[in-house]
Amino acid sequence: MADTIFITDERIDGDTDADGPLAGCTVAIKDNISTEGVRTTCGSAMLEDYVPPYDATVVSRLKDAGATIVGKTNMDEFGMGTTTETSAFGPTDNPAAPGHVPGGSSGGSAAAVAAGEAELALGSDTGGSIRCPAAFCGVVGIKPTYGLVSRYGLVAYGNSLEQIGPFGETVEDAAALLDVIAGPDDRDATTRAVELDGESYADAATGDVDGLTIGVPTELVEGADEGVVDTFWDAIAELEAQGAEYHEVSLPSVEHAVEAYYVIAMSEASSNLARFDGVRYGPETDADGNWNEAFSAVRKEGFGDEVKRRILLGTYALSAGYHDKYYKKAQDARAWVKQDFDEALSEADVLASPTMPVTPFEQGESVDDPLQMYLADANTVPVNLADLPAISVPAGESDADGLPVGLQLVGPSFGEERLIRAASALE
Amino acid sequence: MSDDADAVDTEAVRHVADLARVDLEADEIEAFTGQFADILEYFETLDEVPEVEREADLTNVMRPDEERDSLDREVALQNAPETEDGFFKGPNVS
Repeated sequence: MADTIFITDERIDGDTDADGPLAGCTVAIKDNISTEGVRTTCGSAMLEDYVPPYDATVVSRLKDAGATIVGKTNMDEFGMGTTTETSAFGPTDNPAAPGHVPGGSSGGSAAAVAAGEAELALGSDTGGSIRCPAAFCGVVGIKPTYGLVSRYGLVAYGNSLEQIGPFGETVEDAAALLDVIAGPDDRDATTRAVELDGESYADAATGDVDGLTIGVPTELVEGADEGVVDTFWDAIAELEAQGAEYHEVSLPSVEHAVEAYYVIAMSEASSNLARFDGVRYGPETDADGNWNEAFSAVRKEGFGDEVKRRILLGTYALSAGYHDKYYKKAQDARAWVKQDFDEALSEADVLASPTMPVTPFEQGESVDDPLQMYLADANTVPVNLADLPAISVPAGESDADGLPVGLQLVGPSFGEERLIRAASALE
Repeated sequence: MSDDADAVDTEAVRHVADLARVDLEADEIEAFTGQFADILEYFETLDEVPEVEREADLTNVMRPDEERDSLDREVALQNAPETEDGFFKGPNVS
């Protein structure tokens, strides 16, 4: 079924007595975020029957805020993909562009908001997995600064890169969900307390861009499709008309961001996914033999192709003789990307680019060409390498094919309010 | 630098699958060998990255080591395919 938005269609009522900020709001949750008593599959056969015994911190906060959770959404297996087609539960159609992929890996969450199945949704973004589906489905998605939102209860894939973040139909909606999930958590030592300029993230959605300076990294525009580029410049012109000004900047390091990202993400994946041994959770198999044999057999059955590919390549990149060549160089590239962004953001308030260099792929178009898929992440992965916040906001439709185009804004560490203010000017 | 990329043959894929504890079918090994050659060749461009001074500004986050509730044993075991006497049951180690 190409219209699978939810893997598990189960309602979890929040604290209904509470006069919480999300009372009466419906929220869809990506299926790699743990929900007590409701199965959490990560889009994988490996966890088809896994029922978490505890809630992720973000889920507890949603319940306390009075939200109603309407289901667990489809996703690329363990977050590994750009189309939601690597899910063991089948693909999800794009409500904004039927017959096309919703993007990934949080494709079900973006589709849930676009289709009106939920007012809000949570996804996770390791290399673009919130921003890509937001752009493809014509909704708003925020990838918070690393450390703003607790990852406790998020099933880890690339834990030095990923953050949980919100989707909404409007910037203000997404920001209001960020208000509920952001903030320190003693169960995630990487979280930090942040001093806001205003009352809340939602309050920042004023649309005031008068005097805003926008840097446009040429490297992130040049590689995009013509229709995407035209739509992008139209959006910049609209911001200019409202008092913003732009200049072009160069980020030479981003030419190496995709390979650096994939080396780091795959290496972390190979380690994080070692926990799936079929003993503490996982499918029952008739595998005989010793630990290693049984372990290898359950992983053969439980993991799909893309997950196997990334675990193997990550293992390769970390293996003796290759560690310095791949992993260490990737860390150098990561530090270089950070420096480039810091420099560009010292002369601009925000950086703007197309979120994705392409419009949504047709279903099945590229599932068999992994390298081509990876290259589609060129504009989103640098932000994860730099630990920075970013938002994807609808910029309109491409003239070439009439499909949705997203504008990505990147800001300084913990500068979410600035991004929310600027993005809301496009609504 | 091309000898590393050339080194990705079916034997290398089989070896890394063994290290990663993932059994593969013959046709998967075949498909991965071609794909890995392409992907690793692309990763080779990391050679062009200059050495970068990495001065991460990190602080340890400490908390008091206090007792707190943890999962009940029964709950912790609820997802295990096999248990025995309140323990996870795995295959023999050797």
